[in-house]
Amino acid sequence: MTQELLVRLALIVLFAPLVSFVVLVFIGKKLSRQGDWYGTSMLAICLALAVTILYYKLNVFPEPVSYSFTWVDFGIVPVLGSLQVVLGLTIDNLSAIMMVVVCLVSALVHLFSIGYMHGDVRYSRYFAYLGLFTFSMLMIVLTSNFFTMYVGWELVGLSSYLLIGHWYEKTSAADASKKAFIVNRVGDVGMFIGIMILYFTFHTFGFREIFAGIAGGTVPFGSQCWLTAAGILIFCGAVGKSAQFPLHVWLPDAMEGPTPVSALIHAATMVAAGVYLIARTFPMMTADALMVIAYIGAITAFISATIAVAQNDIKKVLAYSTISQLGYMVMGLGVGAFTAGFFHLVTHAMFKAGLFLGSGSVIHAMHTALHHKHDHHTDAQDIRNMGGLRKKLPVTFAAFLVYTLAISGVPLTSGFLSKDSILSGTLAFGSLTGHYLIPIIGFFVAGLTAFYMFRLVILTFAGTHAEPGREEHLHESPWTMTLPLIIFAVLSIFIFYAPNPVDPAGGWFAHAVERPDSAVPAAWQAAGPAAFEEAHHAAHLPAMALSLAMAALGILAAFLTYYWKKISADAWASRLSGLHKFLLNKWYFDELYGAVVVGGTLALTRVLRWFDTYIVDGLVNGVASWTYASVFGYSARAREKRVSAIAFLLVGVAVALLVGFWVGQWFWLQGSIGKSVTFGILSFLLTVYFFWAGAGGFDHYIVDGMVNGVGYFSGFFGILLQKLQTGKVQTYLAYVIAGVMILFYFLR
Amino acid sequence: MNYFDIIFCFFAVVTVVSAGIVVFSRNIIYSAFSLLFTFFGVAGLYVLLNADFIAVAQILIYVGGILVLLLFGVMLTNKVVSVDLKTGTMQTFPASVLTALLAGALCGIFYITDWRTVEQVRDIGTTTNSLGELFMTTYVLPFEVASVVLLVALVGAAVVARKEKSHHLSSTPR
Amino acid sequence: MHIGLVHFLIVSALLFSLGLYGVITRRNAVLVLMGIELILNSANINFIAFARYGGLQMDGQAIAVFVIVLAAAEAAIALAIVLNIYHRFHTVNVDDISKLKE
Repeated sequence: MTQELLVRLALIVLFAPLVSFVVLVFIGKKLSRQGDWYGTSMLAICLALAVTILYYKLNVFPEPVSYSFTWVDFGIVPVLGSLQVVLGLTIDNLSAIMMVVVCLVSALVHLFSIGYMHGDVRYSRYFAYLGLFTFSMLMIVLTSNFFTMYVGWELVGLSSYLLIGHWYEKTSAADASKKAFIVNRVGDVGMFIGIMILYFTFHTFGFREIFAGIAGGTVPFGSQCWLTAAGILIFCGAVGKSAQFPLHVWLPDAMEGPTPVSALIHAATMVAAGVYLIARTFPMMTADALMVIAYIGAITAFISATIAVAQNDIKKVLAYSTISQLGYMVMGLGVGAFTAGFFHLVTHAMFKAGLFLGSGSVIHAMHTALHHKHDHHTDAQDIRNMGGLRKKLPVTFAAFLVYTLAISGVPLTSGFLSKDSILSGTLAFGSLTGHYLIPIIGFFVAGLTAFYMFRLVILTFAGTHAEPGREEHLHESPWTMTLPLIIFAVLSIFIFYAPNPVDPAGGWFAHAVERPDSAVPAAWQAAGPAAFEEAHHAAHLPAMALSLAMAALGILAAFLTYYWKKISADAWASRLSGLHKFLLNKWYFDELYGAVVVGGTLALTRVLRWFDTYIVDGLVNGVASWTYASVFGYSARAREKRVSAIAFLLVGVAVALLVGFWVGQWFWLQGSIGKSVTFGILSFLLTVYFFWAGAGGFDHYIVDGMVNGVGYFSGFFGILLQKLQTGKVQTYLAYVIAGVMILFYFLR
Repeated sequence: MNYFDIIFCFFAVVTVVSAGIVVFSRNIIYSAFSLLFTFFGVAGLYVLLNADFIAVAQILIYVGGILVLLLFGVMLTNKVVSVDLKTGTMQTFPASVLTALLAGALCGIFYITDWRTVEQVRDIGTTTNSLGELFMTTYVLPFEVASVVLLVALVGAAVVARKEKSHHLSSTPR
Repeated sequence: MHIGLVHFLIVSALLFSLGLYGVITRRNAVLVLMGIELILNSANINFIAFARYGGLQMDGQAIAVFVIVLAAAEAAIALAIVLNIYHRFHTVNVDDISKLKE
């Protein structure tokens, strides 16, 4: 295994899903079973290769393996200097692990979709889009420069749009896909500006070169502010893609898409791209930028966790849970717990994908049951219509329970390890900088997470079914759907990441992914790795204790309310009806944006329309009427539109007088007084005439006058000369003699 | 001033004045008769130029033949009875200007040109002999053709001048 | 003043002009013919003068004879035509003989 072979394998992994997309788009419908086996097998190959690459990377090549090529070389360009675009890919521990995550989730989602999307109206196209998405995500993961990262960024946005709007006949799905794309775009603009600032400063897109540049002392426009700004702008892209506050509004709506899509894109991979971006660009973040990142993450986690408590749709709960956990990851990276944040990304990918697929299994069963009962009104996704599903869907229930334990941070799960690391990181951050609000939010949200997740499990699987008649039609899902669930459940156990169930530091993961050195000059850096590690270690035990306490509290509260029914949820809801409504309506974010952003844009369009109608069109009409006047003259115009005709006359005469005066003055200065006076008078008369009669008058009187004059003179002379023709021979004889005389003269 | 010059002047004046009367007179008969004097004057000039035969031939043919013919023409084509034999002229002014110009130009040319003249002419006596010889030798063809022309003219004139009763007062279409 | 060639030529020029004037001006056809005769006579004087003074010698006189002959022939024909016209139009006024024009 050489480095070149590693790079080649990575390229195969990158492009195989693209090939799958192209093939399925063009001939998908003609393949047997519409090509689902083709997409899934391609992804399986990708997964195998990705695991291979990871193994070799971790064990054989400790240093990052990279490959770059010059895509385009413009040579020396004015203003910018030498302009080259160098692209390439990097295989380091971060990207290798991410690659495995992406391929694994994608492959399992492909498998799951075979069962879930059975009989769908656009079956092959769905698999094609899944391949396109996987390719784009891998492009983001493997790239070594901002350029292809941005390309991949946009492509995942596109794939998300296509997949959310898979059932585009439904208006809500079409709207949701547009919302996702547009909100993402807002974040992408910020990212683009950030990339451009960096390019303008360093004239390169590559990560390593930029970090080397910053470490070497070059900063954008030579100021800390600009470096922080660049960092925050790049983070903007992550805000959009990872659904952080304030651009989180698209993710719940994205649940309109098929559930496997939600699992792949909106749980495990695309939304993780933002976190991945922050991880990649970590070395260029100043302390201020990281502070902003941490707070945004914390706020996001808080808002979405509170909303999730009040939701009733199973997918919506999971969506808000995703947003909340993404907030956790972002917060973790912001406080400096790099390894913890990335660790949480990986573990979250596993159990969140599993949660979504599990919910998909539940929804699938509910749909089938409702279809059998010819019930087309009941919402299959509403947890209030569920209950007691553990008896009918045992495998789904078991897997779901494992996921919920993981997300709640119960020991022996991978989620516990990752969440615990983040929380201890926030505690360390608090102790280092005095910002204790972040750890407080973090722990509070941990409790909330445990509460609402167990609420979900209990209401869905425990108790008795809401509609007894329906229960007998509920069936467990086929193996294509349950196998991925099992795999994810297995991967949610701690053993795969670290040997110690309570401390991840000893595991391969912690060794593989270490916080990189910041390239930022020391004065603007956040606390260095060494100092942070120390604080982290110190905070480890208190954090663990606190997080366990919060988790226990949350689980207890959930059981009390929903299982033992000691506390009445409805009573509390009506007592805090204002709060409940606020949470149920997602803090009214959509309404706020609708009024401010959408309303503001519409108001702007109204202003512009006024401008266009009155000023632009007025100008055009004014020019038209001026032209008319200048052609037909004041006299013609006055009959129709007196005012504009007078205006025209005045303006025209004034202009002409000015010109005449100026030229006359020139003559005057030259000393020829007579010339200037005559010129002045002449020009005045001429202009008055012209403006009276118009250019048309010029044509009418002067040109036609000349023509008529010529005609008249021709006639006149004709009649005159006609008299020469007398018809008499003797006259002509006289002419001959005259001719002879002339000849005499010439031949003298 | 010798006799030659005086005689020349006399004949020249006669010729030119008579020609003037021919051209300017209102009366046709006056014109016709002064044409007679013109011819005589010209004959006299011929004699001065040693062309005796030509002079006589001039008088014979012009006066005896052509003038008589012209007189006949005058008489036959005018209502002699009413003695209204006046004729008018037309466009006198342009014509006189032109002719004056022409005359002036010609005279000018004649004056200016350096003629190679032979002043002394040997006394050749009568010209009849030499003329006759010329006609019979060098100019025999033109001579014969001239006679043919005369014949043709004679016959033609007779034909043309015939009064054709059938064409007289032809207003009826044929 | 010694009479020379030039004087004869001047006489002929004057005769020519007068004859031309007569042709152009006169309304009566016969008078036009008279003008033509004057012109021919002036040409004859020219020939004879050159025969005497110039290089023509006897040839000039021969030509003059021919001119006289042709003048006679032409006068005959012309008058015949005039008579014919008179029979037709009952006038010899050249202005009135304009049937062709109409």
